[in-house]
Amino acid sequence: MNVKYMFSLVAVLLLILLSYAGAEAAGMKTFFGIFIPYIAVAIFLIGFIWKIVGWAKSPVPFRIPSTCGQQKSLPWMSYSYTDSPYTKTGVVLRMALEVLLFRSLFRNTKFEQHGDRLIYRWEKWLWLFALLFHYAFLVTVIRHLRFFAEPVPFFVQWLEGLDGFLQLGLPGLFLSGVALAAAAIFLLLRRMYLAEIRYISLPSDYFPLFLIIAIAVSGIMMRYFTKVDVVAVKELTLGLVTFGPTIPEGVGGLFYVHMFLVCVLLIYFPFSKLMHLGGVFMSPTRNLPNNSRAVRHVNPWNYPVKVHTYEEYEEEFRDKMVEAGLPVEKGA
Amino acid sequence: MSDLPKPEESLSKLDHEPPRTGWMDAPVDIRKGMYCYSANPKSLNYTGFPHAREWNPIEDDWKLPENWQEILHRGFRERLDRFRSVKVFMDICVRCGACADKCHFFIGTGDPKNMPVLRAELLRSVYRNDFTLMGKILGKLNGGRPMTENVLKEWWYYLFQCSECRRCSVFCPYGIDTAEITIFGRELLNLLGLNIDWIATPVANCYRTGNHLGIQPHAFKDMLDFFVEDIEEVVGVKVEPEYNKKGADILFITPSGDVFADPGTYTAMGYMLLFHYLKERYGFDITWSTYASEGGNFGFFTSHETMKRLNSKMYAEAKRLGVKWILGGECGHMWRVIHQYMDTMNGPTDFMETPVNPITGTVFENAKSTKMVHIMEFLADLIKHDKLELNPRRNDHLKVTFHDSCNPARGMGLLDEPRYVINNVCNNFYEMPANTIREQTFCCGSGSGLNAGEDMELRLMGSLPRANAVKYVHEKHGVNMLSCVCAIDRAALPTMTEYWTPEVDVTGVCELVANALVIPGEHDRPTDLRGEDLPGWAEPEREETDAE
Repeated sequence: MNVKYMFSLVAVLLLILLSYAGAEAAGMKTFFGIFIPYIAVAIFLIGFIWKIVGWAKSPVPFRIPSTCGQQKSLPWMSYSYTDSPYTKTGVVLRMALEVLLFRSLFRNTKFEQHGDRLIYRWEKWLWLFALLFHYAFLVTVIRHLRFFAEPVPFFVQWLEGLDGFLQLGLPGLFLSGVALAAAAIFLLLRRMYLAEIRYISLPSDYFPLFLIIAIAVSGIMMRYFTKVDVVAVKELTLGLVTFGPTIPEGVGGLFYVHMFLVCVLLIYFPFSKLMHLGGVFMSPTRNLPNNSRAVRHVNPWNYPVKVHTYEEYEEEFRDKMVEAGLPVEKGA
Repeated sequence: MSDLPKPEESLSKLDHEPPRTGWMDAPVDIRKGMYCYSANPKSLNYTGFPHAREWNPIEDDWKLPENWQEILHRGFRERLDRFRSVKVFMDICVRCGACADKCHFFIGTGDPKNMPVLRAELLRSVYRNDFTLMGKILGKLNGGRPMTENVLKEWWYYLFQCSECRRCSVFCPYGIDTAEITIFGRELLNLLGLNIDWIATPVANCYRTGNHLGIQPHAFKDMLDFFVEDIEEVVGVKVEPEYNKKGADILFITPSGDVFADPGTYTAMGYMLLFHYLKERYGFDITWSTYASEGGNFGFFTSHETMKRLNSKMYAEAKRLGVKWILGGECGHMWRVIHQYMDTMNGPTDFMETPVNPITGTVFENAKSTKMVHIMEFLADLIKHDKLELNPRRNDHLKVTFHDSCNPARGMGLLDEPRYVINNVCNNFYEMPANTIREQTFCCGSGSGLNAGEDMELRLMGSLPRANAVKYVHEKHGVNMLSCVCAIDRAALPTMTEYWTPEVDVTGVCELVANALVIPGEHDRPTDLRGEDLPGWAEPEREETDAE
């Protein structure tokens, strides 16, 4: 029993109960179906922008990329175009690899001690599941555009085709939803059972995982088991984006739970570590070229400092310098 | 070192299992052998640092200024507004744990607060409490905690157990760099007079005399004159280094550690022989400076401002002497400062020219703004153009491996130049395992001003990952020489090898170069620069003579 994840688990369970009871028993469907979503999207957008602007307001005084490969120096020596980028294109490629393929995490090793030998093994599971988690999330989000646009955009239909290529069951199984839940559960178990990771984890690390798992599971339940009235749901969601919100009949409590948890995620997002989504683009160790000696970087707050000048130095040591035969500025 | 158990025992005692108590609830335990003595108030006063006083880390009362929390809070705020790195790194860590086992201090000590993520969390917890909405609402649940004296002591203890090596930043999916966090944290500690003496006194020395060791100009010349004599004995030629020479083509700056202690001294002799060779053969015109007689910059381990104050001497001296560009010797953090900070801090440098190798005509485009070239870049260029007469057989008694120093590797990308040079001056070169070299190199355990005597346990345990990789190539290939391009390495690695792998010695790359370099007018050289006999050297020479 670990109080850190128990707290987060209980918090998510309470949120589920609250929205289910609220929508079903207390009849607060307008509150959960219209009011909360608008608030959540507004907080998310404003919060996200506020956070990015906040970061951007602090300057980058020095060009400090972490160089993860050979620098560009002598013309005949080949250099690492993306791990130690010298050009803007190189930086863009480095960032693309980082954002799209988690390049740094791909390097991950695991340290092991075997008697008197230390070994660093390539550790790909975190990379693999992190990648799976994020892409499954992305596909799921894009798939959900179906609920917010009429007609459904071609790329959403195309992606759905790809996502459901197994053509399993009816309605057809989307891999992304299952993958999202599975990857999130992997990340959660990792946090709970690896001693080091458990030690560094905070309640705020468990909370989003429980939340996302609950979102994925409630979505899966609606689609495959309780078979939610999709037409009614779309009436609600379309109403939200066209600013003519309505609460249709026949949408069950589970849907309100699902939507409420998404809203909580949106509200929580800008104030949490989830902002790594924006922050990854702003990391000065990754998004700057390694050309600091070729192109001068300007620090906007560079201020003059007190220095010990040569004149002061010679003043103090002139006699000794003369005696040692060192040249001096002023004749002794 | 006598306090430490035998290496095998240290290894078997290693335990990486985190304790049951959460890290926030475990009070800091400042242990002998793991920390450095507090800064001498005289040194702090000399450079104008606030709150200089006598205080002892293991005593309860640190004699903090009354409003210390306010000072820290304000300092924190100011720096969040000045450094995007800090601001972003405070917010976006997801605690994925990829960095956890990348730190040599964590691997060597097993102390969970040496996991880079937790080192940063020590500061982040206070950040969340003081500067974020969520932290203010949720407090400890959101990982926030108020700044207390215990937290401050924890900061101090663990920020001086980080060598700013950046290994963790290579693995971080967001590029979070613990070096940035440590630099920032130490800057805050300096607002309260909480530096360590091994940093504060070199800083004061460097400010006054131009180098960390406090060597005054006449003594600096004296020390190099000793090397002139030693070189004459070994090589049979008299080298004539120039000092503070106005109108020289190039200014040479290297860490003062190399004029002071073995084996760095042999690297210094290597420079002198190289310059002598180039002067004799090509009329190369280079000068040393006593005013800018320090390449290293312990200001970097203090605050950005101190770094700038000490670094200013390089350009000031280049300007005064009227040189065309600056050549820099082998040093680790010196090159991080030069490569990533100097031009920004103390440039622009219109008074110099884009560096051109006068011997090969190569234009160092990569240094056209900073106007400072690394000696490995310079040497690689000379060797590529066949401008050095080399006899690598003179290093045949050595089986060499190369230790990438943290800063040139991860703050510059100087990886292949030294390897190219080594492969041209040595016949036996062996790499350590792939996950321990190049951008994944392990620190010597003594970087960022931690190479004092009193923190020996920290240093030796921190050097374990490096030493273990050295031991591996020693056992596999018989490697007996660990080469490096860093003066702190040359000071620290011999201590490491003495403990972990006594059969392996330490050298700078320029020493290897000078061993192999055939100097015009040299006499028979049956020994290396250290005066040690080259086994089997004399015989083949004699045979050739006989045959004639």
